[in-house]
Order: sequence, then C-alpha cells, then structure tokens
Amino acid sequence: MPSITGVSAVDELPGPEGHGPLQGDRASTGQLGDRLFSGTARGAGLLVIALVSMIAVFLLSQALPALAKDKVSFLTSTQWDVDGTPLQFGIANMLWVTVLSSAIAMLIAVPFGVGVALFITQYAPAWLSRPAATLVDLLAAVPSIVYGLWGLQVFGPHMAGVQADLERLFGWFPLFKDAGVGAASTILTVAVVLSIMVLPIVTALSREVFAQTPSSHTDAALALGATRWEMIRTAVLPFGKQGVISASMLGLGRALGETVAVMIILSALADGTSWSWSMFNGGETFASKIANNAAEFDSPQKAGAFMAAGLVLFLLTFVVNVIARIVIERQKAFTE
Amino acid sequence: MSVTHMSSDSDLNAWPGSPASGFGHRSRGRTLRNALARAVMWTAFAVAMVPLAWILWSVVSKGGHMLLDSHWWANSQRGITNRIVGGGAVHAIQGTLIQGLVTALMAVPIGVMTAIYLVEYGRGRLAKVVSFTVDILTGIPSIVAALFVYAVWVTAFGFQRVAFAVCLALVLLMIPVVVRSTEEMLKLVPNELREAAYALGVPKWKTIMRIVLPTAFAGIITGVLLGLARIMGETAPLLILGPYTKNIATDLFGGLMPTLPTMINQDRTEVLQPAVDRVWGAAATLILLILALNIAGRLIARYGKLKN
Amino acid sequence: MAKRIDLKDLNVFYGAFKAVEDVTMTVEPRSVTAFIGPSGCGKSTLLRTLNRMHEVIPGGRIEGSVHLDDDDIYAANVDPVAVRRTVGMVFQRPNPFPTMSIADNVAAGLRLNGLKNKKVLAEKVEASLRSANLWNEVKDRLSKPGAGLSGGQQQRLCIARAIAVEPQVLLMDEPCSALDPISTLAIEDLVTELKSTYTILIVTHNMQQAARVSDRTAFFNLAATGKAGRLIEMDDTQKMFSNPTQRTTEDYVSGRFG
Repeated sequence: MPSITGVSAVDELPGPEGHGPLQGDRASTGQLGDRLFSGTARGAGLLVIALVSMIAVFLLSQALPALAKDKVSFLTSTQWDVDGTPLQFGIANMLWVTVLSSAIAMLIAVPFGVGVALFITQYAPAWLSRPAATLVDLLAAVPSIVYGLWGLQVFGPHMAGVQADLERLFGWFPLFKDAGVGAASTILTVAVVLSIMVLPIVTALSREVFAQTPSSHTDAALALGATRWEMIRTAVLPFGKQGVISASMLGLGRALGETVAVMIILSALADGTSWSWSMFNGGETFASKIANNAAEFDSPQKAGAFMAAGLVLFLLTFVVNVIARIVIERQKAFTE
Repeated sequence: MSVTHMSSDSDLNAWPGSPASGFGHRSRGRTLRNALARAVMWTAFAVAMVPLAWILWSVVSKGGHMLLDSHWWANSQRGITNRIVGGGAVHAIQGTLIQGLVTALMAVPIGVMTAIYLVEYGRGRLAKVVSFTVDILTGIPSIVAALFVYAVWVTAFGFQRVAFAVCLALVLLMIPVVVRSTEEMLKLVPNELREAAYALGVPKWKTIMRIVLPTAFAGIITGVLLGLARIMGETAPLLILGPYTKNIATDLFGGLMPTLPTMINQDRTEVLQPAVDRVWGAAATLILLILALNIAGRLIARYGKLKN
Repeated sequence: MAKRIDLKDLNVFYGAFKAVEDVTMTVEPRSVTAFIGPSGCGKSTLLRTLNRMHEVIPGGRIEGSVHLDDDDIYAANVDPVAVRRTVGMVFQRPNPFPTMSIADNVAAGLRLNGLKNKKVLAEKVEASLRSANLWNEVKDRLSKPGAGLSGGQQQRLCIARAIAVEPQVLLMDEPCSALDPISTLAIEDLVTELKSTYTILIVTHNMQQAARVSDRTAFFNLAATGKAGRLIEMDDTQKMFSNPTQRTTEDYVSGRFG
C-alpha cells in the first residue's frame, strides 16, 4: 500500500516473476494507437524532467540579477536589506537557524523513529502492528499549519521549564545561552515540533526495511541463542542500517524545507539583532523568511533576493535527497 | 497426559529467569538488556502517540464545537468581523475542494502516464532520469514549488496571484505521490495478465488501458486520495500565490479564492474569542477533511486489493 | 557432551493447524539420525521444535514433551534462549551474517554469551573452523566477509558458527540442498566426523545422503494434504533401506512416490 509519506524502499522492485513487466517496446504492435499511447507516456515522463529542470533554471535566472547587485557577501553576511539601494543581503542567519533547527529535530526524530519502527516490526503483538503503523502515519496527515498553531499556542508554553533548566545547567555554553525570546517561539521549540513532523517519514521507511530482514538472518541469530534484542542487533540493525540513513536524510529534507509551522512558531527577529548561537533564540529559516515576506515581492530585485534564498534551499534539499537515494540504491544492491 | 506449551513469541522477552533448569541460563545482564530494549521500544511508541493525541485533542476541544453549528456548513464569513460570532466556513471549504479537484485533474493524468512509462515502457537512461527526477520532486519543499510558480506566473508572465497559480504549485507536489503509488500498483499486476492479452492479439496500449489499469484501479485511487490529503493541507503555496478573502469565490483565474489553510492563517494571531474559535474550527474542519481522505484511501486499499 | 533426545506424544501446531501428530521417538547420543519423507510431512517443523525455533513463528506451540537427557526443554522454568545455545542448528541455505567477517561469524555465538577475551575467542574460532574442515581454506582471510566464500564453504562456516558454542545436539535442516555435489560430499564427511562429539539430526530429501551418513532413519508421511504429518517408522538405516516394516516406507525409499 502506498505510504502517505510518499517514500518507499521497494519502489524499484522487479515484477512478480523477478523481471520487469514485458521488456521494452517489444510487445508494441507499431500501430498508430500504440505509438500515440507510448508517446504520451514518454511525454509525461519528459514533462516531469522539464518541470524539475525549469525550477532550477527559473529560480537561478531571477536570482542572478539581484545577486549581481548584492553589495555584501551572499553566503556570509547576516544583513537582509532588500528595500533600499544598495541591496545588501546575506543568508548566514537563515542558514544557521535552518541547519540548527533541522539538526536538533533529527537528533530527536531518528532515535525515536528507529525505536518506533522496531516496535512495529519486532515487538508489537500481531494485532497491534498494523494499527500502530497507521497511527504513526497519521502524524504525517496533520497539516503543517495545524502543527504551527498547536506548537505556538498549546505545546510551546510547556517548553518554558525545559528551557529554564537547560539555561541554568548549560547557560555558559553559547548554544544554550538565554536570548530573551519566549519559550514558545524559540528554535528549540520549532525543532521539537519538526521532529514530530518528520517522525512518520523516518518510521515509515525504517520499518519497511526492518520488515525485509531475511528470516535466514534472524533465524541464524536466534538459533545461536540470541535474545530478541541480540537478534535485532546482530541481524535486523546491520541489515537496516542504510535504510535508516536514507530515511533520516529524507526526513532531514522535509525538516529543512518546512515552512508554515516554522513561520508561525519561530519569532522573527528585528533587523540588526546581534548574532547568537543559541537554540533559545528566534530567527528565520530560508522557508519561513520567504513565507513571512510573501506579500512584499513588489519589485523584481526584492523578489530576486528571495528567489536566491529559495535557490539555496532547493540546492540544500536536493543534495540531501540525492544522498538518500544513493544510500537506498546501495541497500537494494545489498538485498539482491 | 499431555501438557500444552503455549508459544512464545513473548517467551523470548518475558522469560522469568529461573535458574532451575538443566540448560543453564542467560546472564542477568543479557536478560536485563533484553527487557530494557523491549521497554524502550514500547515507550518510544507510546511517546510518539502523545503528540498525535494531544494535537487531535487540542483541535477538537478548541474548534470541535464550531462544527456542530449548522451555520458553519452553510455560510461564508462575508460581513463578519472578529468581534461578531457567526458565519461559516463554506467559502474556505469550497475553495479547498475546488483547488484540490483542479490540481488532481492536472496531476493525476501526468502522474499516471509517467508511472505507465516507468513500468510498461521505460528502459535505459531516460527511465532512470525520469525516476530520479520524480525522487527530486518528492523532496522539493512546497515553498520552493510556490516560488517557482511565482517566478513563472507573476514575474515572467505578469499575471495576477490567482487560484489557478496555486493549483500549478500543488500539481508539482502531487505528481510524485501519484507516480510512486501508481508505479507500485502497476508492478503488482501479474505478467500473466499482460501475456494473455498479447496472445489474443490485443495491442499493448489497449492491454494497458483495458487490463492493466483496471486491475490496478483501486490502488491508484488510494494513491490519488493520499496525494489529495497531502496537498489540501499545504499552506505555503497559498501564502505566496493565494491570498484570502471572506467571500465565496469560484473563479480560478480572477480575484481571490479563500481556503481552509488561509482561513486559519488569516486570524491566527487574533485574541478575540470569535476569531480564535473560527481559527480552531477551520483547523478541525481541515483535519476532518484530510482524515476522511486518508481513511477512504486506506479502506479502498484494504478492500480493493488485488486478488491472486 | 552429547545428549539423548526423547520425544513423547508430541503434537506441533501453528495456530489451529496441526502440523505434526503424535510423535514418540528416542535419539541416542553420538549418532546421526536422518528425517526423511515427502515435502510438507512436517520433518523440518519437528526439527525446529527440538530447539524451540518453531516458536519464532507466531502461533507455534506444542503438546507433549521433549527431553534432553532428563531435562524437559519445554518446562516452565526453561529459557528458550538457553535451549538454543544447547541445541545448535544449521539451515537449508547458508546464512552467514553478511556484515560480519569470517572470524566474527564464528565468534558471534560466543560473544552473545559474554565471552570477551580476545585470545580465547581466537582459539575457539580456530578450533571450530578446524572441526568444520574450513580452517585451511580461510585462515589467511579471517577478517574478510563471510559472504565472499563459496556456497559450500559458507555452509561449513555456518556449521563452525553452530559448534563454536559447544552445543549438545546439532540440528541440520537440509544442509546440502543448496549445494553442488562436491560441497555436499564435504559436508557429509564432516557430519560423519562430528558425530563422535554431537548428537546429530539431519533432515534430507536425498535418499542416498540419508543412507550414506545416518545410523538411524525416521520416515514421516502425511495421509493427505492439509493433514498432520506422522512418524511412520524409525529404525536402523540399513534396515530402513533394505527391509522396512511398512509398505509406504518401502515405496518411498525406492522412489515410488514423494
């Protein structure tokens, strides 16, 4: 069954007989109908390629003029002044907030996701396994604006205690320094909400891979007198390692690009706020910055600056997804 | 006399640890670690359920009562201000459904044909590239898809921000879901069916249309419903391309079209109770809609499964 | 260190389905016993009940008793994990752990049981590989993955892994069915050597193999598809193949069905 997360480790499984459906076009008759139909199918495929290439081309073409007029370093500047002339904009702030929030989210989501996937495939009683998987999938069905609303108004205030404790214990370390932002609107709160949002993605792919552990491997471990946990460590986890890595990368891609929940929860800082490393700070990610300013794309230059930010986000998620796919390919080679 | 020994599965975990047998026993540490691991996995699942229950409870308790009011399903917000109780969400529900439908009308044919290409025709480099681009499309953040459509629609062509532009962005997000689920279903169709048709002299395209697609139909519908569930909750493209209005609107190419996500977004910072109620009411409606699509998709997947 | 096995009135179930019915037999220590019979007659299932591996499949349970010498392996206070340490098993397809080296594969069971001393581990790995007639072939590449070996070598690696934990009984579930004739011969020779140390039970579809390696042979059959498998006859291998008591046994060993 297709998973709601849209990811699958078995998406290139061969057909039921071990080879793909009848090879190539050999079954085509060469009739007009066949040529039209196969042409349409091929056209749809080409359209998808065209769309993805156009995304890169259009973003690049509209970002370049603005980048050319940028008077500060695009990569290292923390300024974002796109109203006046000269244009001065850089992505250092956004990059840090994006990476920090996603990294913390993954630190939480990956262990939990693996634990839940192991629960579903190895520990849950038979009657609970399927419903449990469905329930975790439902987390992916909650719209991100609802996550935002809930995160800011309901969940966020509960982070105050955690934040106070962390600041008291580790406040000397820049990452945990108080930044004067309300607990409901910090990077940490965003990260926790993001971790909930990507949990179903990490879980879905991990459980799929764990479930494919060949019974010969698990049998071998059990027959040696392994306990269930030892069997998981000797057979299931080594087999599923690459699946977990690619699941994490796909989840990371989602966390990096999440827009509305971040926009709602994270408190955007006033221009000129001094740099802080703290996870208790506010700020903006690439996505939330673009969304926050969506109403103000009035000049091509201004829009171009945001296109540039969008382009960086596109490249970031592109790289992360490509790594995930490469790892999945390896897993497949390993399975065969 | 015979003794029944019940299995098992659980024996691996819940062994009482008595040493009084002739087989020795595992060390305390191993038993402990095993029990600990078991406890950790159960806890992980239990903890994962907390936010789900919490979110659903928040939405139902804050917005559920709005759904019980018949006005909610009959009226728009026309002429209603934040101080006034009343009005409904019809305009937003309608907008969300229209945009979902229009998006599906574009994304489903492209997605299904792409899947047919990948499964039935695609060999060699081109198929690999198509498959790879679908993966990339899966990972594209919705805000990037929206920016792209903005760059084409508004900046390059000089059009207004209208509902149809939103649909274009949503199409980009829906295509990969449809492709992947259709692909999976087409692969489940046994080759014997195709071969039987070919043996009767049926051309390949008719075989696909008459035999393969109908066999995989239920699964494809499931994929479409799950894809719809994903895009109907999307907000980012709406922020950039689909501003909100309180009025009922059906024109895809002119004026504003309200949707449930933008209805939430519009008043989310309000503190006046009527507006707060409406925000959570709209959230409850949106979740209800998406859950319904999900459940419908799952039911179709379960009861329409290929029988072989 | 080999032990005697006593099965009494044994029924094996998967959920409501009865797979094996009413088996009573005794297997003497330091002997090789072959289980033969047509597909689906429950011989592999029965084998898996001897180290409680059938319990891995949900719904797997038994009625009756299985004793190793005087110990009931299904007694309430017995840990299935400990049973499996005592009763080793080799599977139909060679299944070395793919991510582990040759040496680590052999040491896997020892490590699970808490043996950490590197020197002792190395000694036991060597001894086990020697017992499995594999040492000379792999001694120069102990740190290479086990998956790089040939099928026959992999199977001997699995045997080395099973005997490394010094079990009392060795169960072999069609250990040669995935191997070529030369590798099969190597395994058969090995079985003959190992029986001086272990009680060995071997499931096989190959009549000649049963005749070559076993001292005793047990023939299983089922009345019809979907019915439970039963023990038809068990006797000295020589007698089973030349002059069995039961007509169906004679039909089966002479290749008239199955």
